[in-house]
Amino acid sequence: MNGAVEKTGSSPFVATLKRLLARTGLSGRTLVIAIPVLWLLIFFLAPFLVVAKISLSEAAIARPPYLPLWEWSEGMLIISLNFANYQYLLDDALYYLSYLSSLKISALSTLFALLIGYPVAYMIARAPDNTRNLLLMLVILPFWTSFLLRVYAWIGILKGNGVINNFLMSIGIIDSPIVMMQTDFAVYVGIVYTYLPFMILPLYANLVKLDESLLEAASDLGARPLTTFLTITLPLSMPGIVAGSMLVFIPAVGEFVIPALLGGPDTLMIGRVLWNEFFSNRDWPVASAVAIAMLVVLVVPVMILQRSQDEKEEAAS
Amino acid sequence: MKKLIVLGAAASVFAGAAMAQEQTLNIYNWSDYIAEDTIEKFEAETGIKVVYDVYDSNEVLEAKMLTGNSGYDVVVPTSDFLQRQIAAGAYQKLDKSQLPNLVNMDPDLMKGAETYDPGNEYSTIYMWGTTGIGYNINAVAERLGEDYEVNSWELVFDPEISGKLADCGISMLDAPSEMIPAAMNYLGLDPRSTDKDDLEAGAALLETVRDNVRYFHSSQYINDLANGDICVAVGWSGDVFQALYRAEEAENGVEIGYVIPDEGALQWFDMMAIPVDAPNPEAAHKFINFVMDAQITADITNYVWYANANKASMPLVDPDITSDPGIFPTEAAKARLWAAQVYDARTDRTVTRLWTRVKTGT
Repeated sequence: MNGAVEKTGSSPFVATLKRLLARTGLSGRTLVIAIPVLWLLIFFLAPFLVVAKISLSEAAIARPPYLPLWEWSEGMLIISLNFANYQYLLDDALYYLSYLSSLKISALSTLFALLIGYPVAYMIARAPDNTRNLLLMLVILPFWTSFLLRVYAWIGILKGNGVINNFLMSIGIIDSPIVMMQTDFAVYVGIVYTYLPFMILPLYANLVKLDESLLEAASDLGARPLTTFLTITLPLSMPGIVAGSMLVFIPAVGEFVIPALLGGPDTLMIGRVLWNEFFSNRDWPVASAVAIAMLVVLVVPVMILQRSQDEKEEAAS
Repeated sequence: MKKLIVLGAAASVFAGAAMAQEQTLNIYNWSDYIAEDTIEKFEAETGIKVVYDVYDSNEVLEAKMLTGNSGYDVVVPTSDFLQRQIAAGAYQKLDKSQLPNLVNMDPDLMKGAETYDPGNEYSTIYMWGTTGIGYNINAVAERLGEDYEVNSWELVFDPEISGKLADCGISMLDAPSEMIPAAMNYLGLDPRSTDKDDLEAGAALLETVRDNVRYFHSSQYINDLANGDICVAVGWSGDVFQALYRAEEAENGVEIGYVIPDEGALQWFDMMAIPVDAPNPEAAHKFINFVMDAQITADITNYVWYANANKASMPLVDPDITSDPGIFPTEAAKARLWAAQVYDARTDRTVTRLWTRVKTGT
């Protein structure tokens, strides 16, 4: 152990690195933190600022199809910010209604994913060691196939002469096919199916750490299984529930592919409204405003949830 | 069909690798819109390697054109979209000295295309067609009676008639600038009108039949019509004929018809054009000229069942196709076709908004 430290300590590379850090006044800790910060700056903040910039511009028939925000003219810098795009979102009830509808669809999907995912995660966490890894593999396995293909597979399962209808008709339960495709039902199936692993994995990670002696203690003290579950397992798995729910809820709100492929024309979701603004109206500024508004609508509740979670943890410790 | 194209492209990759100087041509075209051997023949003739991508909506193409740096050398926008993209500066002028096969083109149709591209400076016609009604002959006869003749837009726009067909499935194109004018035309209004009241009236008519429509989509109906999953589709002529052909091939007993309704229909042109920032404009000209070859165009029409604008190719096109009034309309029917109107931004917004209302009720 000692020898190893001496060895690395004397390696010329580490020494140079240390000298370099010392000269620039940076510590190794800053360097480690810098990587995720840089990541966020490049892949989140920069695109976000570009979208924010476009949202304050004005649509035009040009390439790209909006006017520049600033221009030099006779030594003057002219900045024109167009807030009308945001005004527009307030004027037409369509945007408000599709935000609400998106939130509703994602909230319900998250609930269904939780109801299905919790027992599955619990079962995996309680499974014997050797089968546990196999079960986890099975949860992750679908990711090896393209997401798009899996959604297309659902079309084959749900459509008029698809797997389910053909089966039900062949055994004589129904005479004519049940219309499942192009309905909200299909959208729920698609979202819950697609995002279920994101619910199961954090729940599993949480439940597997659950101290079983707590459950034994509860049963020794005369608690029935249901009481034990409600007073011990459930509260202790709260962080897993919150993490899983956010991983399902947040991407589901902006989901475009699933409603576009499985949903009916009346499935109102903000992703589709955004598509329309961008592609049908060629109005990139309003499309950007819709995107920014969606972010704000999402970030506020998530931050509140996060804060209440932090407070709870602090109180617990 | 697409698989064969991919195989062809893969084979050419190996063939091309042997060549010393390799050129690449990137083509972006509509899905199911080229003969199986066109790319292969072009590669064999020129030694240029082709990368062939497809889309199924003008909007997707337009977003790429307006963003710029798409990397494509040849694209095929529909005429009204082309006009706006030319205005935005998305295309380069064709060098006609590199296009000797232009002499093959039908002057009347090229004149028609000048509505969108004056002087045909930026584009030449790839294929053209109409937006009419495709239907499952047996399923419709079963519901409306053997004597019912399908020749009117009432099949979809009359709530009572389309109500009888709702159970077997009606689809409409997810293309507001085609569907709303068709409804306006049925109401006796000018389909090219940009008057807000006219557009509202067209949308209102569509709303009355909304509940009878299974879905709005611009390519899915080909398969669904062929499989019998739907029985009526407002669709593009050649796509309906492809459904007909697929059903015949599958021998599933589905018989499909296509009709340009008596009230008239939209006539559109799909135009080959070269983006202003195309990496290889020289190869692009070669490809456009190659397609305008009489035999190559005839092969494409024989395969995709869309009308072409190539006069020299006519004798080489299957007589079943040239004689079908759904593909090459009669003179009387031609008189009732209308050209697409190019909307300004405000009208675009109105039309899209009305379309959302038609589809979602909000």
